[in-house]
Amino acid sequence: MATTDHDVPAEESPSSPVAVAGAGESAAEADEAAHLARGTTSPELLANSLGEYFRLWLRRARSGESGALPVIVGLIVLGAYFQIREPAFLSATNIANLMAQAGWIITIAMAQVFVLLLGEIDLSVAFNAAIGGTITIWMVSVHHPFPTWLAIIVGLAVSGAIASIEGLLIVWLKIPSFIVTLAGLLGLNGVLIWLFDEAGQVGNGGVISSHNNFINDLAGGNLSPVAGWVILIVALLLGGCYLIWRDQRRRTNNLAAPPLGVTLLKLGLMAVVGAVLVAVLNVNRGSAFTPLEGVPWVVLIVLVLLGGSTLLLTRTRFGRYLYAIGGSAEAARRAGINLSRIRVLAFLLAGLFAGVTGILYTSLLGSMSNDFEGGQYVLYSVAGAVIGGVSLFGGRGRMLGAVLGGFVVAVIYNGVDLLGLGAAGQYIWTALVLLAAVTLDALARRGARST
Amino acid sequence: MVANSTGDGAAPAAAGAAPFVPGTTPTDGPLLQLRDISKSFGPVQALTGIDLDIPVGEVTALVGDNGAGKSTLVKCIAGIYQPNGGQLVWNGNPVQLHSPKDAADLGIATVYQDLALCDNLDIVQNMLLGHEVTRLGLLNEISMELTAKQTLRDLSVTTVRSIRQPVGSLSGGQRQAVAVAKAVMLDAQLVMLDEPTAALGVSQTELVLGLITRLARRGHAVIVISHNLTDVFRVADRLAVLYLGRLVATGPAAEFDPQSVVDYMTTGTSGRLGNGSLSQPTASSGFGTGSEG
Repeated sequence: MATTDHDVPAEESPSSPVAVAGAGESAAEADEAAHLARGTTSPELLANSLGEYFRLWLRRARSGESGALPVIVGLIVLGAYFQIREPAFLSATNIANLMAQAGWIITIAMAQVFVLLLGEIDLSVAFNAAIGGTITIWMVSVHHPFPTWLAIIVGLAVSGAIASIEGLLIVWLKIPSFIVTLAGLLGLNGVLIWLFDEAGQVGNGGVISSHNNFINDLAGGNLSPVAGWVILIVALLLGGCYLIWRDQRRRTNNLAAPPLGVTLLKLGLMAVVGAVLVAVLNVNRGSAFTPLEGVPWVVLIVLVLLGGSTLLLTRTRFGRYLYAIGGSAEAARRAGINLSRIRVLAFLLAGLFAGVTGILYTSLLGSMSNDFEGGQYVLYSVAGAVIGGVSLFGGRGRMLGAVLGGFVVAVIYNGVDLLGLGAAGQYIWTALVLLAAVTLDALARRGARST
Repeated sequence: MVANSTGDGAAPAAAGAAPFVPGTTPTDGPLLQLRDISKSFGPVQALTGIDLDIPVGEVTALVGDNGAGKSTLVKCIAGIYQPNGGQLVWNGNPVQLHSPKDAADLGIATVYQDLALCDNLDIVQNMLLGHEVTRLGLLNEISMELTAKQTLRDLSVTTVRSIRQPVGSLSGGQRQAVAVAKAVMLDAQLVMLDEPTAALGVSQTELVLGLITRLARRGHAVIVISHNLTDVFRVADRLAVLYLGRLVATGPAAEFDPQSVVDYMTTGTSGRLGNGSLSQPTASSGFGTGSEG
């Protein structure tokens, strides 16, 4: 019998002062109303049925805790607009392009999440990515035939090390991360130019091209159509079994668990979205002689990174401490958490994700150059994370949000390009969507307070 | 590390988990004894010759006007300050607390006024912050939730809707309850609460006062700092009145009345009780009422 008791059951006599305190005096009721308005508890753990889940979820959405909803609605609106203006937008070719373009924008937004959760920021993340990407591509270029795996590891390690040094400066000298990473932004831009111009004589005329098939395939290659289906089905089965098993374990331990209907509905939605995506991407986008079909590798890479980082953020001590420090550094300190260690580790992770970004970026373009626009791309990373609901003040936000937010930025990038609006349109659109995301959030919060 | 001067070979580290140091007889005496504790900050003498016993199962209220030394005393017990003189005796064994961690290992928990909770984390996450249970490196949410739930149930905290609720959505009294439950869950034998009802409304105060009483009935030693004499008289079994860094009166709460406490708090003496039933600490400083001048 799955008794989902949400309240800590009252076993003492109901006349104990504690029980009385909540028993419906006007003060207590006002309290209650305020909490419902701010009701941030996941509806999953309060609802007994699917219907009740939707009711609670709507109330929560209205109170400003709408989770991934606004960004998904935003995606649909943007997609519809671009599709109406340019029918090629939702063609298989463009969707595959979009996925490949979105890869590095999503990973750079993910990189930012680790530090944003602490209430910090990493402005140097884009140039850090460029350095990592340059080193990887230089190591596998014609005159420097290191093994590909080594080049990737060294590229990631360099980006991770750079970010860790920034983290150490922030922790040791107690300089705000904004300043340290602003210095990083400028300094690393200099290092990038120096690498190409003087030191390494990297590349030719400020550009180094990639002739490494593996690296080029990361963003440019595709899974075989069969592999796409197999991976989708295996992922859905594993994910579904895990969710149902987890909820069942909670029920057997007499803890509140989401209604089975909600879990099944979510799985069903994921299955439909995944199936449509795989089906569209498996359409032959090339010709009959040179077929071009399948899900781009980069989609799988992003999903694996999303799964890994979500596990890290939600199921490990490290992740818990990130949120705790972002919520209240003092409380975390008193709980015996080593703040410095967690902060440096967060910067290290941001650096590693920056390294991934750099490699995906070079893979997409097939080259890296010294006019890399790191100042602009770092703003993509912050915009993507914020559009996805990650708070700039720390402690709030999910990795999935950053992935969706980064995808929104990529959709604008792609759609505006298709419409031929150029850089001007791209900037203005991104600005408007960013403002809309933050305004929606602020309005929902104000609405919650005033009712 | 907690210095243990008994020298009987008992591992001091065990003191954190077990109530009594093995090899010593559990005494019926007070859990914590303060012997002639003094603390000065440069030329400022914050505490002078404090002698106080903190028994198990009773609520000891520490009262005094602003600057009387209540917070300093609590911080000496919590390991934040090291006394300049005197001795802390825990279960009959003299101890020295060099850091808050020493105090926590011994079983002393302090709930400060700011509560130190993370608003963005839920009740379970807050209660187990820094003491997470992991299995194969992953958080064991079920085990943690059951632990938290059991502790809240033991303390009869029943007004929270869901223990997966973020602490930021709780009322003041509920937050206080979570902070207390967090302290108790970590095997605390002595719980110190700094102004637990200061910012609370009537019903929330009820909740917290009930909680404090239950803590003591469950066998914890409890120290409460409060300005609110009404609340003090409702929960305290014993009172200790500080005046200008000295302990001017201690005794069962029944032997005080609000007016006498106010007299002690403001003048260091009270003309209303002349029968000597209250212990006037005379230990070392030999102070009398005249020495306050």
